[in-house]
Amino acid sequence: MFREWMVNLALVALLLAVPLAANAMGEPFIVTLATKVAIFALAGVGLNIALGYGGLVSFGHAAFFGIGGYAAGILASHAQNYEPLMTWPLALDGTQQMLIIWPVAIIASGLAALVIGVLSLRTSGVYFIMITLAFAQMVFYFAISWPAYGGEDGLPIYVRDRFPGLNTLDPLQFFAICFLWFLAAALFSAMLSRSRFGLALHGARQNAERVRSVGIDPYRLRLAAFVISGMITGLAGALYADLNRFVSPSMLSWQTSGEIMIFVILGGVGRHFGPLAGAALFILLEHNLGGVSEYWKFLLGLLLLLVVLFAQGGLIGVLTRRSRHG
Amino acid sequence: MSALLELQGVTAFYGQSQALFGVDLAVNDGEAVALMGRNGMGKTTTIRAIMHMLRHAGGTIRFAGRDLGTQSSHRVARAGIGLVPEGRRCFAPLTVEENLLSAARPGAWEIATVARLFPRLGERLGQKAALLSGGEQQMLAIGRALMTNPRLLILDEATEGLAPVVRHEIWAAIRDLKAQGLSILVVDKSLRELASAVDRCFVLEKGATVWSGSPDGLTEDITARYLGV
Repeated sequence: MFREWMVNLALVALLLAVPLAANAMGEPFIVTLATKVAIFALAGVGLNIALGYGGLVSFGHAAFFGIGGYAAGILASHAQNYEPLMTWPLALDGTQQMLIIWPVAIIASGLAALVIGVLSLRTSGVYFIMITLAFAQMVFYFAISWPAYGGEDGLPIYVRDRFPGLNTLDPLQFFAICFLWFLAAALFSAMLSRSRFGLALHGARQNAERVRSVGIDPYRLRLAAFVISGMITGLAGALYADLNRFVSPSMLSWQTSGEIMIFVILGGVGRHFGPLAGAALFILLEHNLGGVSEYWKFLLGLLLLLVVLFAQGGLIGVLTRRSRHG
Repeated sequence: MSALLELQGVTAFYGQSQALFGVDLAVNDGEAVALMGRNGMGKTTTIRAIMHMLRHAGGTIRFAGRDLGTQSSHRVARAGIGLVPEGRRCFAPLTVEENLLSAARPGAWEIATVARLFPRLGERLGQKAALLSGGEQQMLAIGRALMTNPRLLILDEATEGLAPVVRHEIWAAIRDLKAQGLSILVVDKSLRELASAVDRCFVLEKGATVWSGSPDGLTEDITARYLGV
């Protein structure tokens, strides 16, 4: 069939062409859908580093997605209300500048991933899944019960955060930002996978003891992968908050963790551009079937079942006719 | 000559059951040593204890003059012990080159030198490890251990289940490595090949060292009693 790079290139071209065409035809809603695909794919690229390369089945990536979102929301809300973020020991103001919000979101979700990773990576298998889920639920309930930032109702961002030289309120320009982030992250993850770090990570997924016997500590390897993974998903969360101009605890819910995992699995676990295929398919189904029936997730479940049973390489695997990555 | 690796009275348990009852073993700098014994006598367990994949209960294990204490096994590997483990040995979805790179540490051993030692690997650098023959996978496992630039190479049943031609190639490589001055500890069953490659033998029986000496000293009496040949 096709080579994997051809499929990847076609997917990226499609992601770029659809909003351009939609914009030309005066369909901003489609541009927004494409932006959502790019953001979800970015979140999936993050999870893919842990799940696909490292074999770490994290069921708690909503925590990083949500923390990234809240980083954007909290900074913006302080800027909107002219309330300083803190006055002691440093006087810090909120900001609506994406160039500041992104690093804050990345660092905050990276720190969360470090703490969660240090504790949860001591376990494996089903315990790892449950512990990551438990941590994400802790963050979720914390957000619900924190009235200062909206609690259950969430936190609005009245005007989308700014980027120098761009009008972020223009759907196409905001799409361009998200698209470039996705592309950069996907290429970075492909490079990472081929680096010595990535190769050792693939090795540790297969057999941790063999990696140890060549002098590499699989725990630290996985922790680094988990933190990088959380950072990328956190950045996606910040973009998602800006897309919706709203942050709510639902970004932190376990359903969100499941959806990010679905993007990865539908597209093909461990495929560098699999999350794009998965997120695009997910949004397409949601948009087209969601209008027909509110039970569209039943069909999504059926599709997921088929992929897991018969096409473990996911959509990219089907298109390239290779069942296993790497 | 100073002992690079030295085990004295090492005991170890798997849960409640004792597997090692007092293993003595020494590998000097630049020496090739064989660890021998019938199946189930503790050869692989001894290697697991050396690599700290199994914590030894008693006795001492010293490498390069120091006790590695309770360090985890990747630290032991980093201290300079390269292990070629028993069984299926490569990272199957990675290519030959990727398998080698994943273990690389700075030193004389790099992809070109491994390819010189095993020309078959050099011809297949881009091939997935899963598609290699058993012998080539074994060569790759040896190459990967060498890429860590170890001071001591440990080979656990490196030629088991391989075709005679391939065994011959691997033994030639082991002799080559020894000639280059690498210290080697090898577990194997083929007496004739061992005798031509190693300087000393240690024989295990029921988890304890019962005999040691040069391969010339392996009399029929000893081989019949401890090695079952």
